[in-house]
Amino acid sequence: MALLQISEPGLSTAPHQHRLAVGIDLGTTNSLVATVRNGVSVVLNDARGHGLLPSVVRFLGDGSTSVGYDAQALAAQDPHNTITSVKRFMGRGIKDIPDISTLPYQFIDAPGMLQLKTVAGVKSPVEVSAEILKVLKARAEASLGGELVGAVITVPAYFDDAQRQATKDAAKVAGLNVLRLLNEPTAAAIAYGLDNAAEGIYAVYDLGGGTFDISILKLTKGVFEVLATNGDSALGGDDFDRRVYCWMLEQACLHTLSDHDKTLLMARARDAKEMLSEHPQTQITAVLTSGEVIDLTLTEQSFNEMTDSLVRKTLAPTRKALRDAGLQASDVKGVVMVGGSTRMPRIQAAIGEFFGQMPLTNLDPDKVVALGAAVQANVLAGNKAGDDWLLLDVVPLSLGLETMGGLTEKIIPRNATIPTARAQEFTTFKDGQTAMSIHVVQGERELVTDCRSLARFELRGIPPMVAGAARIRVTFQVDADGLLSVTARETGTGIESHIAVKPSYGLTDDEVAGMLRDSYAHAQDDMTARNLAEARVDGQRLVEATEAALAENGALLLSAEELQAIENRLEDLKLALQGADLSTVKRSTEALNKGTVEFAARRMDQSVKKALTGHKLDELEF
Amino acid sequence: MPLDFSKNHFELFALPMTFAIDADQLDQAYRGIQSEIHPDKFADAGDAEQRLSMQWSTRVNEAYQTLRKPFERARYLLQLHGVDAMDAKNTSMPADFLMQQMEWREALMDAVEMRDISALEGLEKELKLHAQGLHSQLAGLLDEQGDFVAAGNVLRKVRFMDKLLEEIDAAYEDIE
Repeated sequence: MALLQISEPGLSTAPHQHRLAVGIDLGTTNSLVATVRNGVSVVLNDARGHGLLPSVVRFLGDGSTSVGYDAQALAAQDPHNTITSVKRFMGRGIKDIPDISTLPYQFIDAPGMLQLKTVAGVKSPVEVSAEILKVLKARAEASLGGELVGAVITVPAYFDDAQRQATKDAAKVAGLNVLRLLNEPTAAAIAYGLDNAAEGIYAVYDLGGGTFDISILKLTKGVFEVLATNGDSALGGDDFDRRVYCWMLEQACLHTLSDHDKTLLMARARDAKEMLSEHPQTQITAVLTSGEVIDLTLTEQSFNEMTDSLVRKTLAPTRKALRDAGLQASDVKGVVMVGGSTRMPRIQAAIGEFFGQMPLTNLDPDKVVALGAAVQANVLAGNKAGDDWLLLDVVPLSLGLETMGGLTEKIIPRNATIPTARAQEFTTFKDGQTAMSIHVVQGERELVTDCRSLARFELRGIPPMVAGAARIRVTFQVDADGLLSVTARETGTGIESHIAVKPSYGLTDDEVAGMLRDSYAHAQDDMTARNLAEARVDGQRLVEATEAALAENGALLLSAEELQAIENRLEDLKLALQGADLSTVKRSTEALNKGTVEFAARRMDQSVKKALTGHKLDELEF
Repeated sequence: MPLDFSKNHFELFALPMTFAIDADQLDQAYRGIQSEIHPDKFADAGDAEQRLSMQWSTRVNEAYQTLRKPFERARYLLQLHGVDAMDAKNTSMPADFLMQQMEWREALMDAVEMRDISALEGLEKELKLHAQGLHSQLAGLLDEQGDFVAAGNVLRKVRFMDKLLEEIDAAYEDIE
């Protein structure tokens, strides 16, 4: 009998080995992690059998953290150091948070994004979110028994660039490889559509803890096409809680409350809201620090009255999305409900009335986003799924530049399918002007001050010319994650200068790297070992991708010499991967990357050809 | 690595170079190509393929968006024939057309002032019908007569109509 071969761990994977990938729903109130196991998408539970992880992080004096139910249970006792609903702060400054005075945290204003002062030091919302992600990552790795290849992380469709970038950074700090940022309603549509073999126009109404999204999708065989999306990234179940909370203060004639009492009453308000989804009325009782006892009765009717304006606030974006899609409410075949807040009977009734049909609630609104994200993660990680399908998503808010007079010039309109790019030419305003300040903004309003500022940078070295003679070409590119990068270059004379920026809320790559270092320093991890491990994963991925590409059509698309050249670099990289030298691994990876550019281009042409054959063979002229 | 951008949008989707197009065929060709080259299909590929896939997918999206909208499609077609119909120097419009525009604008303003949704809907219907008439004219001028100068004049009218329809969209939001 032949001996079984065992490869060194992490060095060679069999081509058909299942790669571990997860979908993560990083929610305002709760977070979840899901994966595809034996072809079925499942939510992964913790050791106690809980699927949901409350998005609550408590920082302790010794530098450790507690996340989830344990943190939530102690929120009222330690309100300053127990951060709930951190998602509302992602990519946001202090002035963006409307009810900041009612929150028990010590905020610090920082350029672009606020920070929180805790007993464990000053924390950015990115770091707080990373704590949640770390717990989910550990849960997944324990449950799946191996290291993750990557994760799809969901974001509200209406998240702007700063909020998306912050989410991606949080994943980086948590040591997760982000396969894709996926819009939450789109993830839900995947889970629903694949389950029900749905075809036609569908609306996804997603009311979470702190965000509201509405997406209109066209589902055709194997394609999920987002036609339009709209929403409000500061509207969710939390606002309903706050209405109840304010009502409680009013009823009980309470004025000044300790932070402990604020946190306690907010929790009671949420309990009451949840009770009212099942019962016509509920009792609210609480004992305050002063010993005062609160005992109130809240009926469904008065709850509906006090929250009616919030329900209506979701209908305006819904109308806008339909209009952007060029459709009527009656064109919609089904309405998928997502997010725990859609359990409220009043919401279901309002949506039922608006669309003239009862919404679909056969999927668990808390889990559907994570389940859909897991399906997408499985495909992106390279595990071939049974049916092949395609996702076409859009950019939620217009992207533009500031022009003279503080006006916005839109470059990429909202609801453009991603990836997308658009270039526009600008010119100088004064004679002899040698620099141009470029201010990138996002939003629908005409005045720059009403839009969100994403980035500012300067293009220098413009040759002095009379006003209006220079030609500055500004290119916006939005990638498949919905993230923007901007390039500007002077093309008026032969001289070109060129700068590329990634808009952000003020966190530089170095700062993210710093957070990552801190995070590992605490876990006694070794950054060097980490870097080598990451470089090896990248290198190994490239080896597998190249081998698969060569096997598929190397012989067809390459000459014998070209094939040999690629194979040489492939062997070099394989050799480097057996060593432990970081720079050799990186260099060989880069060499193979460079060496396969032409091959990649031919393969891409081949793919386009393949797409068109079968339809119109006679008209093809490649 | 430059892409093969020599193909025009019509060639890319293997469609005839005409204003009148088969929308289903365009949709099918678009989805067919995206299914092969979208970045999601290359998430585990090498860097070069990932980059190319994004460039191609961007290019295919641009082509699709251009051909899908009548105004953009006609403008693009005229460009392929060497006519820049939206040249800034070319701004004169027939007086009767401008009169009609002013009447529509007044009707729009009245509807907004009276917060009259049904008047707005009536106006929108009328404008869309008129726009469709212009589209048929474009098809005749571009596909049958090959009169690009006349087509350019009609195209500028389409631009006016599209702008007005956009304002109606905004008006719905103001009223609601």
